[in-house]
Amino acid sequence: MSIDIRDLHARIDDQEIIKGLNLTLPKGEVHAIMGPNGSGKSTLAKVLSGHEDYEVTNGSVSMDGEDLLELEADERSRAGLFLAFQYPHEIPGVSNANFIRAALQARLPEGEELDAVGFYKELYAAMDALEMDRKFTGRAVNEGFSGGEKKRNEILQMAMLKPVYAILDETDSGLDIDALRIVSKGVNAMRSQDRGILVITHYQRLLDYIVPDHVHVMKDGKIIRSGDKNLALELEERGYDWLSEESAA
Amino acid sequence: MSAEASTAIDIDRSVGDFSYPEQHTFDAGTGLTPQTIDYISDVKKEADWIRKFRHRALKVFQEKPMPTHWATKDLENIDFDKIRYYLSRGQQPTRSWEDVPDDMKETFERLGIPEQERKFLAGVEAQFDSEAAYSNVKESLEKQGVIFVNSTEGLREHPELFRKWFGKVIPTGDNKFSALNSAVFSGGSFIYVPPGVKVSHPLQAYFRINAENFGQFERTLIIADEGSEVMYMEGCTAPKFETSTLHSAVVELVAMPHAKIQYVTVQNWSANVFNLVTKRGMAHENAEIRWIDCNIGSRLTMKYPGVVMKGRKARGEVISIALANDGQHQDTGAKMIHAADETTSNIVSKSISVGQGRATYRGQVHIPKHLKGCKNNTECDALLINPKSKTDTYPAITVRGNQHATQHEASVSQVSEDQIFYMKQRGLSEAEAMSLSVNGFVNDLVREFPMEYSVELKRLIDLEMEGSVG
Repeated sequence: MSIDIRDLHARIDDQEIIKGLNLTLPKGEVHAIMGPNGSGKSTLAKVLSGHEDYEVTNGSVSMDGEDLLELEADERSRAGLFLAFQYPHEIPGVSNANFIRAALQARLPEGEELDAVGFYKELYAAMDALEMDRKFTGRAVNEGFSGGEKKRNEILQMAMLKPVYAILDETDSGLDIDALRIVSKGVNAMRSQDRGILVITHYQRLLDYIVPDHVHVMKDGKIIRSGDKNLALELEERGYDWLSEESAA
Repeated sequence: MSAEASTAIDIDRSVGDFSYPEQHTFDAGTGLTPQTIDYISDVKKEADWIRKFRHRALKVFQEKPMPTHWATKDLENIDFDKIRYYLSRGQQPTRSWEDVPDDMKETFERLGIPEQERKFLAGVEAQFDSEAAYSNVKESLEKQGVIFVNSTEGLREHPELFRKWFGKVIPTGDNKFSALNSAVFSGGSFIYVPPGVKVSHPLQAYFRINAENFGQFERTLIIADEGSEVMYMEGCTAPKFETSTLHSAVVELVAMPHAKIQYVTVQNWSANVFNLVTKRGMAHENAEIRWIDCNIGSRLTMKYPGVVMKGRKARGEVISIALANDGQHQDTGAKMIHAADETTSNIVSKSISVGQGRATYRGQVHIPKHLKGCKNNTECDALLINPKSKTDTYPAITVRGNQHATQHEASVSQVSEDQIFYMKQRGLSEAEAMSLSVNGFVNDLVREFPMEYSVELKRLIDLEMEGSVG
């Protein structure tokens, strides 16, 4: 069981960003995608989650055998795909508790109501694990949040929605070292045989906390190198140019 | 969200969209002439002064031009000759649902009125076309001297009170439609709360249009005597007919010194109703009048609830939510007339335009030079759901003199595609995401509605948004 990306090409407007990308993310593993700015990492996250600004021109993506590209963004989510956004959006006037509740409710069959008592019990437990204040439930989604609070909120939503596959897009950006530790703890707690996690990051630092099973290097819309966690360390030491030169050769 | 995906289509108004065969004993026929007035006065067995009042009003109505120089040209599409101005079965409102004719009883049962009455209301009046079918108020209130009847009965049983205040807050010639209402009014509520009496539960009226080509012209007069308090709620629906229907009410409130009136409206008209309503209150010394107004549905709504603050330290407030769906125009706002020192007014208006819907805010705040220490706060926020949605704002704030404080804020925001995508990524459908955005936008105002109404309001918004995405 896995997400399988085969020869994926995708563009926005007339510009091709993903240019023949191949990747397999099996359940039970954590993969990291690293790469320089502009390599298409965030675009990949948006294409996989179904953002309508991006057009897939070629290739296929399947999730546990199902054609992911045939599904609307909300159907992908309900099928078990989660994206922790690099820049989470604000929803003025809608409280965090209500938002998460609505998302869980959307997963229930028609006519079935979410059990409110059970929901709050679970929400509070997840918030405690992420060291979030109880007041947070009543605040509007991401409105007036610091960068760190927004990222923590993404991980909270992930903990509550329990996706089968999760993509974390630059979750470490904007986090100080304490927040990074807490967020990583939250992600690690979700590592499981039944879940695949794809971590997109610019820096090796995050991978000290969330240790990946595999590391891929993305450049110019393709995976140009794959390896184990040591590849990340090597990149940290030698930079991306070393790989570019090598692949150009 | 693609551009064409959000064009509004058929809206589920199933709750209110039904009608029963007409069985009217009294029908004034189509068109409006002095004979129509006499017919209505005869049926109601009215006193001479009120018959004269109606005839005078008819003249004023006929002489006044349509206000199309500032309002929409769509008003010209109202054909006054094709409207039926009075329809009733000659029924007297009963005090027991058992005695209400079956079709009317079923109508109100389907709308949930008897159930609401049992749960949380102090009194109910249910109007079917031109006259009330049911009217009841809790005995304990009656013993304290609270009067809650329809206007026909109010005129008949309490002429001295009625005549004293009738047409004083909103004169016949205020505008073309207040004149029309003054000529042909029927139904509506008459409420009197004696000094010091605080009515703890709301009184509710429900206005139901059942007949096609019909004009409903209820007239409401609420008098809260010194130090008393009352909350009045009105609801309204009509079935979806092929032709347009006219609803043109006049509502006058009088809050005597230290009294408090809250007037709550949740309207959900079908998309062919012209809803042209004049609402105004007069607040005496240290009195407070609050209009809490939610406008959903209708083809065109023009409504600007107002408060004349006549006594020192009087307070006026308008809290309004308007949702303009495809093909609809919500032209709403508020009027605050400061006529005494240290008076305070507050206007908070939020509008939502969906598809090609249009929401207009018109505000008038008037503070003259000779007064001292008046305050006004005006906030109007508009939310646009699609690129084709429209909103416009016409605030007119006239403040003379330099001893006053006014504040005005306006904002226009749009539900962004990225915001919708964020919510869809969490598993919400596009309609659910829109609904949540809209509910979030009006959330702080919805809290001002009584709990039972805020639940209903949220349900109505959900229904509206469900129909608005393809």
